[in-house]
Amino acid sequence: MVAFLRFLINGVSLGSVYAIIALGYTMVYGIAKMLNFAHGDVIMVGAYIAFCAMAYLSLPPLVAVLLAMLVCTALGIAIEGLAYKPLRQAASLAVLITAIGVSYFLQNAALLIWGSNPKIFPSVFSVGAVRLFDGNLVITSETMLTIAANIVIMIALTLFTGRTKLGKAMRAVSEDKGAAELMGINVNRTISLTFAIGSALAAVAGVLLCSSYPTLMPTTGSMPGIKAFTAAVFGGIGSIPGAMIGGILLGVIEILGKAYISTELGDALVFTVLIIVLLFRPAGLLGKPVREKV
Amino acid sequence: MKLKKSTVNAVISYGIVIIAFIVCQTMIGAKTMPRTLKGQLIPICVYIVMAVSLNLVVGISGELSLGHAGFMSIGAFSGAIASTWLLNALGLENTTVRLILSLVVGGVFAGIAGVLIGIPVLRLRGDYLAIVTLAFGEIIRNVVNCLYFSQDGLRLHASFNNPNVAGSIIVNGPAGTKGIKAISTLPVGFALIIFTLFVVLNLVNSRSGRAIMAARDNRIAAEAMGINVTKYKMMAFVTSAVLAGMAGALYGLNFSTFTAAKFKFDTSILVLVFVVLGGIGNIWGSIIAAALLTVLPELLRAFADYRMLIYAIVLILVMLATNNPVLQSLAARLTRVFRRKAVPADGKGGAAQ
Repeated sequence: MVAFLRFLINGVSLGSVYAIIALGYTMVYGIAKMLNFAHGDVIMVGAYIAFCAMAYLSLPPLVAVLLAMLVCTALGIAIEGLAYKPLRQAASLAVLITAIGVSYFLQNAALLIWGSNPKIFPSVFSVGAVRLFDGNLVITSETMLTIAANIVIMIALTLFTGRTKLGKAMRAVSEDKGAAELMGINVNRTISLTFAIGSALAAVAGVLLCSSYPTLMPTTGSMPGIKAFTAAVFGGIGSIPGAMIGGILLGVIEILGKAYISTELGDALVFTVLIIVLLFRPAGLLGKPVREKV
Repeated sequence: MKLKKSTVNAVISYGIVIIAFIVCQTMIGAKTMPRTLKGQLIPICVYIVMAVSLNLVVGISGELSLGHAGFMSIGAFSGAIASTWLLNALGLENTTVRLILSLVVGGVFAGIAGVLIGIPVLRLRGDYLAIVTLAFGEIIRNVVNCLYFSQDGLRLHASFNNPNVAGSIIVNGPAGTKGIKAISTLPVGFALIIFTLFVVLNLVNSRSGRAIMAARDNRIAAEAMGINVTKYKMMAFVTSAVLAGMAGALYGLNFSTFTAAKFKFDTSILVLVFVVLGGIGNIWGSIIAAALLTVLPELLRAFADYRMLIYAIVLILVMLATNNPVLQSLAARLTRVFRRKAVPADGKGGAAQ
């Protein structure tokens, strides 16, 4: 029972990281209708920046995270402006391939800058772990921090998209670009803003991911990126609460599957669940089904 | 006798492949083929077949598939097992016959997987279909990683997640295949390309092919015309899976050992890049893009560490250039000028973009 609780908490913690990454995917998909495959690599860049800030410049962790967010925001805006903006009218497959090109670029640039040797990520946050059940159940500070960060980000984003003018503009653009433009919304700037927010979240996710799983390599971001994308689809792509539920469920399924069924088949299990969900709810858990009209 | 235009184009295509084969063989015979390129020839054949078969799904049938490497994986492993079994159990020494039989086995197993995966996948649309093909690709890789096959006389043993199998081992879970003879040859590689072209071109220019393209262009209109959309999409999907399985068997039998990790998501994406860069729906575009881009990293070796970075930049720039409205209208004008001079003739293949 205690073991089960431990796996469950680890699952929620991993799932929270997936959820934060999935938010970046889901927001960008909702607004630009594109699968941003480079998102996973922005996570990796964020983690490297935070690592360098802490290890070489010996900055305090909080400053390092803020620096990583700043760099990733700039990176996200740059990627969008240079690679995706010229393709706004192009076929979605062309944009997808460009995103893959950006992903290769980031991975190989990181390989050149930081080398292929894995870096050991230092602990960001240390308040000591919580011990329950006579020390049988240890909840590490990283786990608590990850879950707390997820909740804060989720509330902040919901308030942002629901209450602020910019957030409402984002929702309007995602519903109908043409009509939004007629209402005086600057569509291009709104899309850039979405990329900026998504990339800043990616930096946070990168730091959180690497504080729980401390090996940092140029390919660190790709598998969590794919899984987070799966989580976004699982929850219903384009929906913010959907990304959160999808991410957490996926993390829990993965950890429980690895613990109780087979270590090798953890990933296969995640994807099997995804397929089953999509077959019965083709628009994801919280997605709205779109009716096709002639 | 007047031949149909599609027949003439197909014959020209086979002719070009045969000429390319003769050029390669002569260069190898005269020892003028660079060493690095020589080792790349069979992978080029493999990737050409992969790209053409994926183009059948992405270009002709209009569904984005992100799990094509999964079928390649199934083909590679079943082909390797078949080849070893034929040699050890039946004593089939002739490598060409064994290779061809292995390709057929690889194609059959990948085709069965194609049917099983196609049933759920083709119920979905658009990006959801893409993500489910991605999921199946990853599932195949994970499951193959847990498979153990061994041979004991005439019998084959298989086990899941349990390395203790009787007899001599052929597939050793995450460690990949063991004791496979590398028997892939260039003539069979080129023959596979011609076979692929034969299948795809005949399918595209048939009644079924037109039905597949009608379903791609407007699903609802096609359904209203009485076309069974699922059936035709399935036909394209399974044909593509069979061809990918054969390519996978050719790929696997080019090495004495390979692992399931070789057929990961990146490989599916690599093939998709060939298809998109070559022009979606354009068969010859896929062939040229697959050949050039397989060689490109080798040619960029002079740049050492920077080569994959340059590859990425080339990829982004090509996508930006081919989708630039100014360049597009310029290209359209050039084609018009060119067409007017060169008698009204249609270009090869069916460029959909």
